[in-house]
Amino acid sequence: MTEQTALPDAPGTGGAGAKPDAAVVRDALGVGVAVGLSGFAFGVTSAGSGLTLAQTCALSLLVFTGASQFALVGALAAGGNPLTAAAGAFFLGVRNAFYGLRLSQLLALPRAVRPFAAQWVIDETTAVALAQPTRRGVRIGFTVTGLTLYVLWNLTTLLGALGAEAIGDTDAWGLDAAGPAVFLALLAPMLKNTTERAVAALAVLLGLGLLPVLPAGVPVLVAALAAPLVLWARGRRAGDTEDGAVRGAAEGRDER
Amino acid sequence: MSVWIAIGVTAVGCYAVKLLGLLVPAGALERPLVRRLAALLPVALLAALTAQQTFADGQRLMLDARAAGVAAAAVALLLRAPFLLVVAAAVVVTAGVRAMGG
Repeated sequence: MTEQTALPDAPGTGGAGAKPDAAVVRDALGVGVAVGLSGFAFGVTSAGSGLTLAQTCALSLLVFTGASQFALVGALAAGGNPLTAAAGAFFLGVRNAFYGLRLSQLLALPRAVRPFAAQWVIDETTAVALAQPTRRGVRIGFTVTGLTLYVLWNLTTLLGALGAEAIGDTDAWGLDAAGPAVFLALLAPMLKNTTERAVAALAVLLGLGLLPVLPAGVPVLVAALAAPLVLWARGRRAGDTEDGAVRGAAEGRDER
Repeated sequence: MSVWIAIGVTAVGCYAVKLLGLLVPAGALERPLVRRLAALLPVALLAALTAQQTFADGQRLMLDARAAGVAAAAVALLLRAPFLLVVAAAVVVTAGVRAMGG
């Protein structure tokens, strides 16, 4: 491939200063196992919402993006029209396209491999991959997280759906807090500078403020506008000072 | 049957957008603005999702035991706890607050 990226290709065994492969694998397994186990909460919720075992498992196998799956079963349980429910889940899934944009730079996969890698383009694999300093690390992180998570998420979905009856009220067990805790843990390392924090804060305001007035799934998409809005605001402010362009360029290089 | 239709539409749609992101030509991503946006969009989306899953019930905003659980997760993160422990803190504290009638 001729793709140019800012990422260095680490030499085979990882050069001096590079993160050891074992450390990348450990991080990836940590995320894969923890999030994979939370498929249990999805299985229980889905079965509790009236979906059959086959439907519940099909969602985890084929959709494989947790927030969309939860949104779909929630909307179906609330008696929503199937297409409206699917639209809400789809809107939530659109964020994965943006992750893909980023990952395709970092992974630099051959075109033939991309359709197979695509199913694993989700919050967690992106977060782990983005945290790695080298292309080798990115690829290991993405693959190990993707594989662990896919296998465990589907296994625990099945167990959760089978055990839904026995568990009773999942909320009483606090399992509904697992989802946001996972998202928070993925988000935290991304909040390195004021731009990122401003984007996160504005996104929270938009996501919560619009929730009561827009259809399910749409507020999150509108919240994505926080990124261009903050960039635009910073661009304007930087334009007011003479060294704005220089500063912007320096920061651009800082980004991986 | 209608549930299967919803599952099918969601599965096809979600896979399509994942693939779309990977297939966008690399040249389109070389511009600094696009690179910065691609880095910041996940921040915005994750932040909005975290907030909604913590403070929303359907289309209503509400403050319940989940907020305490997620706050516990935030503290665990600040203490550099491992991932599993962060999630466990959220679940245990949420269940604990509910058990106490919160």
